[in-house]
Amino acid sequence: MTKPIATRDVYGETLAALGESNKDIVVLDADLSGSTKTSVFAKKFPERFFNMGVSEADMMGTAAGLATGGKIPFASTFAIFASGRAWEQVRQSIAYPKLNVKIVATHGGITVGEDGASHQAVEDIALMRVIPNMTVIVPCDGVETKSVIYEIVKYHGPVYVRVARGKFPVILPEDYKFTIGKGVVVRDGKDAAIIANGLMVSHALEAAAMLEKEGLDIRIINMSTIKPIDRNLIVKAAQETGVIIIAEEHSIIGGLGEAVAGVVAEEFPVPVKRVGIQDRFGQSGLAEELLVHYGLMPKDIAEAVRKAIKKK
Amino acid sequence: MESLISELMVRPAIESLKKWAKQLRVDVLMMLNKAKSGHTGGSLSAADIVTALYFYKMRHDPKNPKWEDRDRFILSKGHAAPIQYAALARCRYFSPRELLTLRRLGSILQGHPDMKCTPGIEVCTGSLGQGLSMANGMALALRLDRRSSRVYALLGDGEVEEGQVWEAAMSAAHYKLDNLCAIVDFNGFQIDGAVTDVMNIEPLSEKWKAFGWHVLMIDGHDMEQIMKALDDAENIKGRPTMIIARTVKGKGVSIFEGKYQYHGIPPSDEELKKSLEELGVSADGWPERVAL
Repeated sequence: MTKPIATRDVYGETLAALGESNKDIVVLDADLSGSTKTSVFAKKFPERFFNMGVSEADMMGTAAGLATGGKIPFASTFAIFASGRAWEQVRQSIAYPKLNVKIVATHGGITVGEDGASHQAVEDIALMRVIPNMTVIVPCDGVETKSVIYEIVKYHGPVYVRVARGKFPVILPEDYKFTIGKGVVVRDGKDAAIIANGLMVSHALEAAAMLEKEGLDIRIINMSTIKPIDRNLIVKAAQETGVIIIAEEHSIIGGLGEAVAGVVAEEFPVPVKRVGIQDRFGQSGLAEELLVHYGLMPKDIAEAVRKAIKKK
Repeated sequence: MESLISELMVRPAIESLKKWAKQLRVDVLMMLNKAKSGHTGGSLSAADIVTALYFYKMRHDPKNPKWEDRDRFILSKGHAAPIQYAALARCRYFSPRELLTLRRLGSILQGHPDMKCTPGIEVCTGSLGQGLSMANGMALALRLDRRSSRVYALLGDGEVEEGQVWEAAMSAAHYKLDNLCAIVDFNGFQIDGAVTDVMNIEPLSEKWKAFGWHVLMIDGHDMEQIMKALDDAENIKGRPTMIIARTVKGKGVSIFEGKYQYHGIPPSDEELKKSLEELGVSADGWPERVAL
């Protein structure tokens, strides 16, 4: 396993590299370019970088205007401000007219850590997923993040990507290629399927290793696109394993868990268990401490699998 | 001598523009009456400004709505959509017959402007406060592409109560968007009453000046003043221009003038009849052009 890397760092580097070959790419930030890593692009292409100051609503509207002029705007800030503060601008100015704006939000989830609840988006996926025309993606590691950024430039339309502050283990092979709307089986198994995204994919892998010692063979799906969701892969997992566990660093309300549960309930009902933040706000602490406190560790996922399998 | 020549050249243009403004007012009244819903007051107050933009100032081609070198117009006060639809129809972006479908299921004329449905509409507005940010983005894109097109945005006076307007005001000045000209349709009323009673926005001119804008104050129903302000704005370099246009809500029809109660109410059949009498026009044959 290679060194853990922050997906926001990969975002910054990839964006700067893309800016070289694609002159239509413009980047906006709301006074957080050092943290979101859009500063890398800003240094290279100052004429195509617009710092909008602390004004997320205006940033989203400006991005929409740039898109009508044929540009490919990337608008970045922390996930809670991109999805929460500017929600109606994203809905009205970007998603409703289906403009080609890429919102790449950093600092998703509780692994933001010390800054506490005000800066920890545990609702962003729900907020973005409910908007028509919106594509919602949470990459699981640095390799996937790079591929995601390349792929969303090829797609014409609004996209929300959540990346993270903390360093995640790299689990995908270097030649991995992301496709919008396609989940990937990262570990095959027949006794249960864990569908996860973001950091929870690597935690799910650790959980599967624990369960293997107990004789359980667990399938793991990296469901990086929450919308449009890969229905076929979910149905196949339900049919072949008979039980689905979903793990996400997000509220259990409105996120990947509900997206998957909806498909399972409609297409092939089997027992479902959601691992996520149980309708609570985050708080200050070290990322690792918070993951333990909110029950998002491999052992928590493993326990959820054991419980769910009993219901089979 | 020089002023006489320019007077002789400009006069006919002004007379013709006044006729267009009257036509657009008739269109607004007729289509709102047919639709049985929509915003009368703010559409009529903006009639002269919108006329000056579409029939005098803007570089645009109704046969090619996506022409890259066109000037852009954003109706940030999207509830006044009928006045823009009237202008677009008379410019022949689409057949005036479409005006009969306003607000109906499947119409190209949505209750509020929608770029996906209507030729000539640049963005989606209707949720107040968002148009100026989008105008800024367009102005930035045009500047990046070194195009000489200009961007015009029309805001309502009640609309400037939205915080985003002031974020955008800051951004436009910060990025020195001199290819942008915004106009406030200052008719003094919003849906709940007089702007001074609901949420005072004064001193408005000083606010925009303090935000770094070049500010012009005009009578928004004096065609000559509107034309001159739009011309002057083009010559201001290094900062955006704001034209604060004093207007009368419901302008042109006395039963609607200065009455906030008609902000979101269409003319009834009886009110329409009286309106047309006052304007001295017959609507026979509408949506074809009426004889003025």
